[in-house]
Amino acid sequence: MSLTANRRRWLGVAGATLGSLWLSACDRLTNDPKFAGVLQKAEGLTQRAQRLVTDRKALAREFTPADISPDFKPNGTIRPQDDEYVALLGNNFADYRLTVDGLVEHPQSLTLAEVRGLPSRTQITRHDCVEGWSSIGKWKGARLATLLDRAKLKPTARYIVFHCADTLEETLDGTGQYYESIDLVDAYHPQTILAYEMNDATLPVAHGAPLRLRVERQLGYKQAKYVMRIEAVDRLDQLGRGKGGFWPDRGYEWYAGI
Amino acid sequence: MAEKQRAQKVLVKRHSGVTRITHWTNVLALTLLLMSGLQIFNAHPALYWGMKSAFAHPWLSMRMVEVGGAPHGQTTVGGLHFDTTGLFGWSGAEGMRQQRGFPSWATIPSYRSLTDGRRWHFFFAWLFVINGLIYLAVGFIGGHIRKDLWPNRAQLKLSHVLHEISTHARFRFPKGEEARHYNVLQKGAYLAVVLVLLPLMLLTGLSMSPGFNAAVPHLIDVFGGRQGARSVHFISAGLIVLFIVVHLVMVVASGTWNNIRSMITGKYAIEVEPKGDAA
Repeated sequence: MSLTANRRRWLGVAGATLGSLWLSACDRLTNDPKFAGVLQKAEGLTQRAQRLVTDRKALAREFTPADISPDFKPNGTIRPQDDEYVALLGNNFADYRLTVDGLVEHPQSLTLAEVRGLPSRTQITRHDCVEGWSSIGKWKGARLATLLDRAKLKPTARYIVFHCADTLEETLDGTGQYYESIDLVDAYHPQTILAYEMNDATLPVAHGAPLRLRVERQLGYKQAKYVMRIEAVDRLDQLGRGKGGFWPDRGYEWYAGI
Repeated sequence: MAEKQRAQKVLVKRHSGVTRITHWTNVLALTLLLMSGLQIFNAHPALYWGMKSAFAHPWLSMRMVEVGGAPHGQTTVGGLHFDTTGLFGWSGAEGMRQQRGFPSWATIPSYRSLTDGRRWHFFFAWLFVINGLIYLAVGFIGGHIRKDLWPNRAQLKLSHVLHEISTHARFRFPKGEEARHYNVLQKGAYLAVVLVLLPLMLLTGLSMSPGFNAAVPHLIDVFGGRQGARSVHFISAGLIVLFIVVHLVMVVASGTWNNIRSMITGKYAIEVEPKGDAA
């Protein structure tokens, strides 16, 4: 009898030891740069596989007004404290200018009224946060493709970068400013817009006023809020910490299709 | 003499090389997928049905709530509240407890990191898919699924199924010639896992991807929307864990080393009656 009890206790101790060894091995591997590099290879595979099975212009599902979330959750920065933004907001964005520059033939500087005057698109789409939740909202905004055509991309341009007004993290080297980037496939997608209206009202500050990017085939953190400047670039490694976005710089996938 | 009549052990070939390799690859992939999946779940430990999250009405949630000024772990399922302090919602060593859905020993990494959880999850998801495709391709073409897993008519008779259930419940397992083949309960369990639950994990996983939704727009409707897909993903992961628990109990109860050996070397020992002239 005590033999069985002993054996059970021994098995329990052995199980717990193996379990904690397994866990600490996994934690150690997570923090090993070489191993993390191997895990990251999956991102490229996922992006290529998704692009392979998806038509360039395939649309994200659009919903009806009845589907709109009454509780659309704002995330990330909800009210930027940056001086420049606070001043712009104080004046109801009368002094706001959207800059389009970088690898373009004709750099642009547009007032909010000019952005609102561009060809627009209205869509009711689902916003999927990387955390796992979803909310549905109605967005009206200027088509990014029109804006890029107007600025005329140079042939070397490969990515479109969105520089935002909000500092999401205080850092010494200034890499805490929010930014995001997409490639030209997503930049020219028909549903890619710079939204200035949400649910038939002016875009609220919590959701990115005055302009927020919508890239409907990717996760929430790609939907940059408080967009101030759009820059066409040929590479991403010279911006921020080199990964093409605030969250990609902090370990999240640059391609957020899953 | 009675001694001489004792059954002899013979080694028979039980598992093919492909079955053995894909089995152990799956053990690794599913363990890492489960634990990194719980890490991802912990980023928003609440589940909903439908296309969007009705934040005030999850059907399942794990939270920290204050009861009389003291933090407690609370799990809510369909409106019923359970105090799960130390396990779900509020866990960790006494004095170092923190708010998290699943406890640290169940997640990869053990500390909270959605980004690392996703890296592990999507890497091993690819391994799981490639491994599963190899298993199914070889299993269908080579006849393993038809010959070894598909139950025959006699096995499907209700009386036979009931008989198997009652012997299994008493931990009495087939011996001799009968042990050469899977019994109907094994067949049913294995088929449900390899043809239903594991493919369901892949399909519900893909349905949560906004990129994949644009490519294959209607799959998500099968699960009642993106949040429905997340719920079904969670539930079928739970059913797989349940299968694994029963599977491991059965492995131990029906001969631990014999079973493990058969999945490593392919050889399984069965007891056969000695032939009459052997005396």
